[in-house]
Amino acid sequence: MTPSALRPATLPRPASDAAQPAALRERLASHIQRRGALAVLVLMAALASATSSTFPTWSNISSILGNNAFVWLLALGMTFVILTGGIDLSVGSVYALGGVLGAYGAHTGGTWLAVVLPLAVGALWGTAQGLLVARARMAPFIVTLAGLLGARGLLQALTNEGATTYLVPADSAFRRLGDGTWVPVLLVAALFGSGALLLTRTRFGATVTALGGNENAATLMGLPVARTKVLVYVLSATLAATAGALGSARLGSGVTTIGVGYELTAIASVVIGGTLLTGGSGSIGGTASGVLVLAVIHNLIDHYFSQYGSAFTDTVNGAFLAVVVLVQTLLSRTRQTD
Amino acid sequence: MTPTAWAAPGPLDRARLTRLLQSYGVYAALLVLFVVAATLDGSFLSAGNVRIQLFQVAPTLIVALGMALVIGTEGVDLSVGAVIALAASVVPLYLGYGAPLAVLIALVCGAVCGAVGGTMVALARIQPIVATLALMIGLRGVAELINGNSAKPVTDTGLLGLGSDGFAGVPAMAWIAGACAVLTALLVRRTTFGRQLVAIGDNRRASRLAGLPVRRVLVTVYVLSGVLAALAGAMIVGHGAEADPANQGLNMELNAITAVVVGGTPLTGGRVRVLGTVAGALFMQLITAVLTQHNVHTSYTQLVEAVIICFAVYASQERGTR
Amino acid sequence: MVQQGRAPRSDWILEVAEVDKSFAGVHALRGVDFRLRPGEVHALIGENGAGKSTLIKVMTGVYRPDAGRVRLAGEDRAFRNPLEAQTAGISTIYQEVNLVPLMSVARNLCLGREPRRFGLVDVRAVNRIARETLKRYGVDVDVTRPLGSLGLGAQQMVALARAVRTDARVVVMDEPTSSLEPREVETLFSVIRGLRSQGIAVVYVSHRLDELYEICDRVTVLRDGAVVHTGDMAGLERLKLISLMLGREMSTVRAKGATAFGTGQHGEHGGDGGHEAAPVLRATGLTVRHKVHDVGLDIHHGEVVGLGGLLGAGRSETAKAITGALATDGGTVEVDGVPLARRSPAAAIRAGVVMLAEDRKTEGILPNLSVRENISLALLPRLARAGVVSGARQDEIVRFFMERLRIKAAGPDQKVSDLSGGNQQKVLLARWLCLDPKVLLLDEPTRGIDVGAKAEVQALIDELAEQGLGVLLISSDLEELIEGSDRLVVLKDGRAVGHLRGEEITEQTVLDTLAAAPPSEDLRGEDLDGEDLRGEAPAPHPDDHPAQAQGRPTAPAVTKEEPR
Repeated sequence: MTPSALRPATLPRPASDAAQPAALRERLASHIQRRGALAVLVLMAALASATSSTFPTWSNISSILGNNAFVWLLALGMTFVILTGGIDLSVGSVYALGGVLGAYGAHTGGTWLAVVLPLAVGALWGTAQGLLVARARMAPFIVTLAGLLGARGLLQALTNEGATTYLVPADSAFRRLGDGTWVPVLLVAALFGSGALLLTRTRFGATVTALGGNENAATLMGLPVARTKVLVYVLSATLAATAGALGSARLGSGVTTIGVGYELTAIASVVIGGTLLTGGSGSIGGTASGVLVLAVIHNLIDHYFSQYGSAFTDTVNGAFLAVVVLVQTLLSRTRQTD
Repeated sequence: MTPTAWAAPGPLDRARLTRLLQSYGVYAALLVLFVVAATLDGSFLSAGNVRIQLFQVAPTLIVALGMALVIGTEGVDLSVGAVIALAASVVPLYLGYGAPLAVLIALVCGAVCGAVGGTMVALARIQPIVATLALMIGLRGVAELINGNSAKPVTDTGLLGLGSDGFAGVPAMAWIAGACAVLTALLVRRTTFGRQLVAIGDNRRASRLAGLPVRRVLVTVYVLSGVLAALAGAMIVGHGAEADPANQGLNMELNAITAVVVGGTPLTGGRVRVLGTVAGALFMQLITAVLTQHNVHTSYTQLVEAVIICFAVYASQERGTR
Repeated sequence: MVQQGRAPRSDWILEVAEVDKSFAGVHALRGVDFRLRPGEVHALIGENGAGKSTLIKVMTGVYRPDAGRVRLAGEDRAFRNPLEAQTAGISTIYQEVNLVPLMSVARNLCLGREPRRFGLVDVRAVNRIARETLKRYGVDVDVTRPLGSLGLGAQQMVALARAVRTDARVVVMDEPTSSLEPREVETLFSVIRGLRSQGIAVVYVSHRLDELYEICDRVTVLRDGAVVHTGDMAGLERLKLISLMLGREMSTVRAKGATAFGTGQHGEHGGDGGHEAAPVLRATGLTVRHKVHDVGLDIHHGEVVGLGGLLGAGRSETAKAITGALATDGGTVEVDGVPLARRSPAAAIRAGVVMLAEDRKTEGILPNLSVRENISLALLPRLARAGVVSGARQDEIVRFFMERLRIKAAGPDQKVSDLSGGNQQKVLLARWLCLDPKVLLLDEPTRGIDVGAKAEVQALIDELAEQGLGVLLISSDLEELIEGSDRLVVLKDGRAVGHLRGEEITEQTVLDTLAAAPPSEDLRGEDLDGEDLRGEAPAPHPDDHPAQAQGRPTAPAVTKEEPR
């Protein structure tokens, strides 16, 4: 059929008449999705401060921030992985592995080894996982599931089935990295800041987002898809191992039983922070809010429901995650009304 | 344009070899492992040891059967371990009314959990990993809240019998697991539900357009997985003579997925291999048993398992055509 | 944009010589030669499966040829991936917009080559460049919004701007106008003329012959993976071009038509006086937001109703709205006078309305399952007693349909994805026919299947209608539509703008209808409203009966899309 015969008919598409309200709703939905976690965080903090006298105290805030700050790095790495549409279930194990390696390094070779060893092993671990995902085209969840088992096994082997505990010497400079509230918080904040720059202001970050949004298009646009995928897993494992090492600096030893289920918390933080699990949309800022939301929930539960212990926290976390994912699904469906 | 894929034997030998490996690899591996284990250790085939192995593999197998159905729909159920914990926390509450009722109530709990997960997947169209991840986190918390912090000993003879009695020298748990496997195989191969399940896993959109009850099938699949996990939970409580939701069923989702994957069911859905899953579960059990009996540390066992998972998935992937 | 200093060492900017490429033993290209001069617009045309897409992908580094050379500006090049081809100066815009919908317009435009300051992407510069570039293409949008929020035409323009923005020497356009408004087509053409004047070569793939004559200098025709003609566009007769593409003698095309449809009319087989009877399917006021507006349709027993219109006119959407596969915002569907209460494919199937979906791959076949499973999929509940499927009955039915439709497979256990496209289509037809439906909705039943299977399917449609089935036929193949339909409803912008019957259905009347009728309210009210249709109890006119003469005019225009 001939378009020239159709030329005279230059009428607007019927789609355009409904475009305006749709755009507004779509924008609102995208705002809720991106900033929802921040809003919830502010709301919770305000409510908690109003109802409790202990919540807004410095000691409480510093315990929220300082105690678990390093674990938040898992969520940072996870954000990149999830943005590509993948998932990394191995971070909890790699975190523990990093802790043991850090303590072992400090124990045997001093601070430099305590820093380099976890970084190197984490990067290697991530490379292996990334290659399996990107080159062998295996499902990320199964590769990192094997990684979860494998890293745990490696860690057990290193510590003679958990019988050997490596202590960080009390006088080691390594311990400084984990001391107090400010050093960990600043360290983590700096890494989150760099992560945000990496995601939004580099070609690597653009490729991460693009390939999560439309892998086929990213390939056809000539972006380095496979390399970026590998790097994302390298980043995630390296951050997890680093977090583990810093954790061991804070605790003074490499704890072998730590890190179980941390991958779940990390994924939950990322998702609560508004990053789409299908990839292609999300932000580091959102993840930071997500992490803090979970930390505040944890703190409040410790405060009000301490008799139930961590079980209650788990229950709330699970329910919260379910609700967030439901809302997110509904929101993203609003955005695709087209 | 002529369909030549099956007609030309020459250049496709490798593809055919891959296909053979995908279809029968797990059985061959199981056989080899079995022979190796029996040769290395004379007492391996003793009745006592076989019993022990069967006790250990039965719950994993039961959970893996449900997992195979879920994976057949291109999904995954991470909540099975937590459902086991929930069953463990629920069963002691109702043992006063007799073991059968207590187990039944646990099964109902499992069904409800499955229904919740299935609804999130089928109706809200949330990815299975996330929907069941939320359940995985939340349900174990609920189980621990119900049970309290410490493990509860169980003395009900009925439940203990479920966990340790046997018939014709084979543990009841193994009989039940075997029955579940047969029923699952029949379900998949011979029933409308089974065929629809596989069709949905292969192409959900086409299945919907063909008028299949996609949502109902998906919810049912997750319900089945939940029920089977709860059954495994009751068995684990009976076998261990205590209810310990904090630890029971930990990592069960990994073991079940591993069994399914090693058994040759592709993660991409559209295929359920029940017999393969049985072989996969036995294979993983045997590996662990052999390594443990030869004093290999659990750490290395875990490493070996990791490698096996990777290899199994890699081998089960379809390659080369695109 | 063109590097001035680097004068081409050869007359040709791009040469593809003796290229072979095959997939799983099937030759997609054999011995293809294709040469491109700087500053020319070169049309690349051919029927579905002729190898256009494969050739493009060889040129742009997506595929590597099995044999042959690709030379750019006289140098042998072997592009390993699209990036290498792009860097070398070959840019591509694809038929389906291949950008990232969730990212901003500006980021999409600059992806992979963002300007940087201090090692970081300069977001402000990205946005500025995007604004300036897009303005030249007549696109004035907020470049920070997600690309997906733009209309398809604007997205296509962004893709074009992205392709041309670099130092392109060759720009490949794969059906760039398929989703464009006429006004946007004009913009595109002015852009192409600009490229031509800058010495950039353009490869232009399209099925719209008018466009080719308007914008292209030379043409290469592909058929069955080989080049059958290369030459100047000017002076090439249209009919000659079509006969080259179809591989038939011009005289045959002129005389016999190009399809296997019988030349008679159906409809009289629905029983004597059956035309006065109620239609088997009546849809009224179907509305799907943005896509379908108040479309009404009647289908009688033994009648083939064609649904015509350009791409995006709402044809598939109408069919999907009838079956409930697409949620409707209004309208009713009655089968044999009984309205469908619940709207879902399952409910429609139960009522006897089945749809052969357009996209065989994603909406049709279950690739990993056998022919048997694929055929009996929808029938399973009826084959089962207490949920258990009877294997014997299943085999019986599968065997019957495999023979009846002449499905070429090693056996019922053959994996359906191993079959050819035509046989897959027959499997899907069998899936629906074994349900013994009352109404068959066919969305592009012959797309992407080989000539032989195409004729078989067309003859089958004829036969089914003879037997009293009501058929809705959607096709981009105008010939197929004209020769196959007893009545024809023409859609435009989601509205029914024309209603032709019997001998009124000719190439000319269809085009006239499409060209003439603006989709305005009053016009619809005049002669196309569902009310009017029902008032008339539409049926083929009595004077339709004389079989149409052999020498009736046939369709020179061909509009098809490459299967993806």
